[in-house]
Parts: sequence; structure tokens; C-alpha cells
Amino acid sequence: MLSQESLQQIDREIAKYPADQKQSAVMAALRIAQVEKGWLSRETIEYVARYLEMPAIAAYEVASFYNMYDLEPVGRHKITVCTNLPCALSGGVHAADYVRQKLGIDFNETTPDGRFTLKEGECMGACGDAPVLLVNNHHMCSWMTTDKIDQLLADLDKK
Amino acid sequence: MSAHGLILAGTDGDRTWRLQDYVARGGYSALKKIIAEKTSQDAIIAELKTSVLRGRGGAGFPTGLKWSFMPRNFPGDKYLACNSDEGEPGTFKDRDILRFNPHSVIEGMAIAAYAMGATRGYNYIHGEIFEIYQRFEEALDEARAAGFVGQNILGSDFSFELFAHHGYGAYICGEETALLESIEGKKGQPRFKPPFPASYGLYGKPTTINNTETFASVPFILNMGGEGFLNLGKPNNGGTKLFSVSGHVNRPGNYEVTLGTPFAELLEMAGGMRGGRKLKAVIPGGSSAPVLPGDVMMDCTMDYDSISKAGSMLGSGAVIVMDETTCMVKALERLSYFYFEESCGQCTPCREGTGWLYRVVHRIEHGLGRPDDLDLLNSVTANIMGRTICALGDAASMPVQSFVKHFGAEFEYHIENKKCLVPPEVQRAGSQIYVSPSC
Repeated sequence: MLSQESLQQIDREIAKYPADQKQSAVMAALRIAQVEKGWLSRETIEYVARYLEMPAIAAYEVASFYNMYDLEPVGRHKITVCTNLPCALSGGVHAADYVRQKLGIDFNETTPDGRFTLKEGECMGACGDAPVLLVNNHHMCSWMTTDKIDQLLADLDKK
Repeated sequence: MSAHGLILAGTDGDRTWRLQDYVARGGYSALKKIIAEKTSQDAIIAELKTSVLRGRGGAGFPTGLKWSFMPRNFPGDKYLACNSDEGEPGTFKDRDILRFNPHSVIEGMAIAAYAMGATRGYNYIHGEIFEIYQRFEEALDEARAAGFVGQNILGSDFSFELFAHHGYGAYICGEETALLESIEGKKGQPRFKPPFPASYGLYGKPTTINNTETFASVPFILNMGGEGFLNLGKPNNGGTKLFSVSGHVNRPGNYEVTLGTPFAELLEMAGGMRGGRKLKAVIPGGSSAPVLPGDVMMDCTMDYDSISKAGSMLGSGAVIVMDETTCMVKALERLSYFYFEESCGQCTPCREGTGWLYRVVHRIEHGLGRPDDLDLLNSVTANIMGRTICALGDAASMPVQSFVKHFGAEFEYHIENKKCLVPPEVQRAGSQIYVSPSC
């Protein structure tokens, strides 16, 4: 269900915790599974739960509680824009409007070609870098002017 | 970013996070010294108490006192957790500490482990900063290879294993018991206290949780002495503190200054007000701290006691600056949405109350406010506060109460006139995309 490489990464996470506390690795394991699969289907979550010898419902609780797990398919690139107050004061809302207009989609939508999904984010802990965009959960882009947004979207479009 | 102070001193550059650079700046000397001299645990805790280091995550609890709560003769593992789950709107200091000086956190945790007899530790890192998490893992590898972390540290009989745990998007995990639940691989829902983590923490074992900046301060305190650290600040407010300045200033960023520095000076360091506009309001300690009018703030110094006397909290040191173009109803609407979204859903007053607060503020902002809405807001907050397991309910209520208290006229204008006192085009112009030339 998951590649050898993903399973090796999960094993490294399991090793961080006491031998009888494998469940502690569930957040990392779900992240690793999501990177490989693109999103977390019920089958993927159940597989992770079996691998960690924990009840499937407990893994599902975790997957549905933390908001960076995607329980539905997303586009090839997921872009999250922070519009919380500190970011909004430095143009976070304008940046979000610009991305919306540029991609022709609203928050929680995916472009028809399946390339981009847009999300509205909560605090990313980088308010001094506003406007801030997060790409595919793991890459943070700081001080995003409209020019830099153009460049970012063009670069991602090639991938 | 400012490269002054203690933790951020000498961190201008690409490689300052590396072990070699940290050691060149005097890093790991405090850990080496206590191991070589076999310093007693009591002596280290006493030094911390003398320093009056207060928890840098928001609560400001004295660190030395917290450390003294850990049981001494517990058989089996004791744990340390570092709270780097920084997601309080306005706060972005721990990210920079981990980005530019991760070894100060590792050394601080190793010293803490020595002082409390902890055997294992985890640094819980905020989900959205994956690249910082990866860097911290690399720094940990360096520290392990150099013998500063792991079994028989520096050839002694002291052992401490340290790992990084990556969050995945939940503000509530910054609450210490939710953070422990999360490390255990569960939903991050806070636990009842008591029992406190010092007696029943991670996996049910004695655990101490401190903020990233708190741990990072520890090596500096041991090197300069508790008295020296205290004297950097003012009585009851020892040392330096990182302030994350965001909003309508010319140079948003982190500034490390001694506690007791006038707010006016901090504002000046952050480049002053953007476009020379007038200061309207400041949230001095992260989004949960009560907002203060600009003129009140200009008379404050940046320390726990001064901000508390003015009616707010120093909190995490996140200073959100708003100028005269800000609509206070809209600002509160955004914050209230955040707490509604981030309530973990465990306690009814918070789960239902945060939604209620958001919906009422939302309708006022959108011209649908009713004459008794301000009373309703105050009533809802009064019924949330003190009635929940953790402080998120209070954190959602305090902004509402303080915005209504200090800017009530603006809310009333909204309700009566179904529009904002600050014209929309002025608001838009004031919060355009702004990137400081120094970035």
C-alpha cells in the first residue's frame, strides 16, 4: 500500500518513541503517506493504523483533527494563503484575492485541470513575512508580492 | 531581524545555525561546565530562580519554580517537552530561534534534563514550518554526533535522548496538555488539571514543558549567572525577550530587547508607523491578549508587569500594531473566526461560544448588527470564561471584551449606520501588500 521508501521513513519516526508507544508516530506516518498518495483515503488511513498496530478509528480521529491532512483529493499543488489579522494588515487578503483571480477559483476549490487547489490558512507562525503562502504544506513562501506570486504560479505550473 | 540581545546575537548569516558556529559563539560551554564540575541539580534550579526567567510562551510562569515541581526520586523515565507549536496570531519568534540558533534550544533542553533528571525529550514543532523542522533534525544529528545529546553525554553518566515531533495544523496543541496528547498520537484535546504534567505528563510520566525561547535562554543564564540575567531587565522581569512586531510598521520582524524597554523604542526599532500614519491600537502579547489603545501603549514598557498594569498581557511577546486605517470590527471578526475554527470542540461553552461570538461580530461588520449585540457579546464571553478545561475559551473572549471596551463607539456606529466608521477605500489602502525594503 505504501512504498518501501515511505515505510522506511515511518520506521525512522517509530524509533523516536518508546517501544510500546508506536502510536506516537501516527502524525508523521500520515504525513508521509499523504506525501506519497497526494491525499489520505480511508484505505490509506487504515493501512497506516494497521502498520502502527492501532485502531483505525484512532488514526482517523488524528487525520480529521489536524487541518493539514487532506481527506479529499487535492490538485497537484495545494496553495494555502494566510489571511489572519497580522497578515491581513500587510496585504494577506490582497494576496489571497490576487491568487483567486489568477487561478479563477475560490478557497477550497481546485482548478478544472487539477493543477491547483486553494485554501485559506490560519496562523502559520510567520506573520513578519506577510503575505505568506504555503505550497503543498511544506514549503513556505514569504513576502509574496503580486510579481512573486506570478513567478511562483508559473514555476509550479511547469512541475 | 535584529541581531542584538542574547539569543539572536551573532545570528546574521546563513550558517549560524550550525553546531560549529554555535560553539564559536560560546555555545555548549554551559553544558560542558556543569558536567565537568558535577554541578548539583539544586544549584542550577537556584540559578534559574535568581534569574527570574519567566515562561516565554505566554503564561510568564517562573521557570525555576516550574522545574522544582518535578519529582526527584521517580523510578523510570521522566520527560521534557519543548513547545515550538507557535501558532498564536502575531507570534513568530520561535521559528527564528529554531532557524538561526537551534543549538541554543538543544543545549537549554540538555541542561534542563540534567537539572530535573529527565531521560527523554521532544521538541514539538509547528506544522506549517516543515523546513524548520527538517533543520532542527539536522541540528540534532550534529549535537548527537558531538556527544551533547544521547547516551553518556560528554563521557559522563548523564544520558538524555532528544527528538523532534512535527505537528500538522492545530493551534490547540500549543496548550501544554494538548501537546502531550498529540505526541502520544491522539487528537490534541487538553486534559483536566490536576494532575499537572509534573506528576502525570507524557505517557503518564513526570514531564516538564517549556517554550522554545525559555529553553534557549537557559545556557545564557548559566553563563552570565542568574543575577546578571535579571539585571538585564528589571526586577521581577529578568533578561531579554524576543518581540515579534507585525502589522502596520515599516519593518515587521523579531526584535530582542531587555524587558522594560519602552514600547516607543521598540516601535522605533521596527521602523516606526508605516506611511507615517497614526497609531490606533496595539495587541501587545499575541491575539489572545486584550487590545490596548495606541496612547495607552505609548506609555508602557515592554515587560510583564507594565503591560499587565495597563490591562493586557505580555503573553508571547507578539506585538500587533494597527494604525488609523484599521476597522476594529473587521479586525475582531478575523480573530474571532480564528478561535471558532481552532476550538478543539471538547467543552461546550468554547465550542458553541466561539461560533456565537464569530457570528455576532460578523453580522455587525456586515451591517446586520442589532442594538443589543454588544451586551450579547459580553454575556457570551462571561459564560465562556472560566468554564472550560483549557485557556482557549478565555483567549477567544479577551479580544472580544477588550475591543468592545476600548472601541465600543466604533461597534455602535457599525450597528446604527450599517457601515464602517473608517471608509472602505481607506482600509484597503492601509493594508495593501506591503514588503519592507529591508526584506
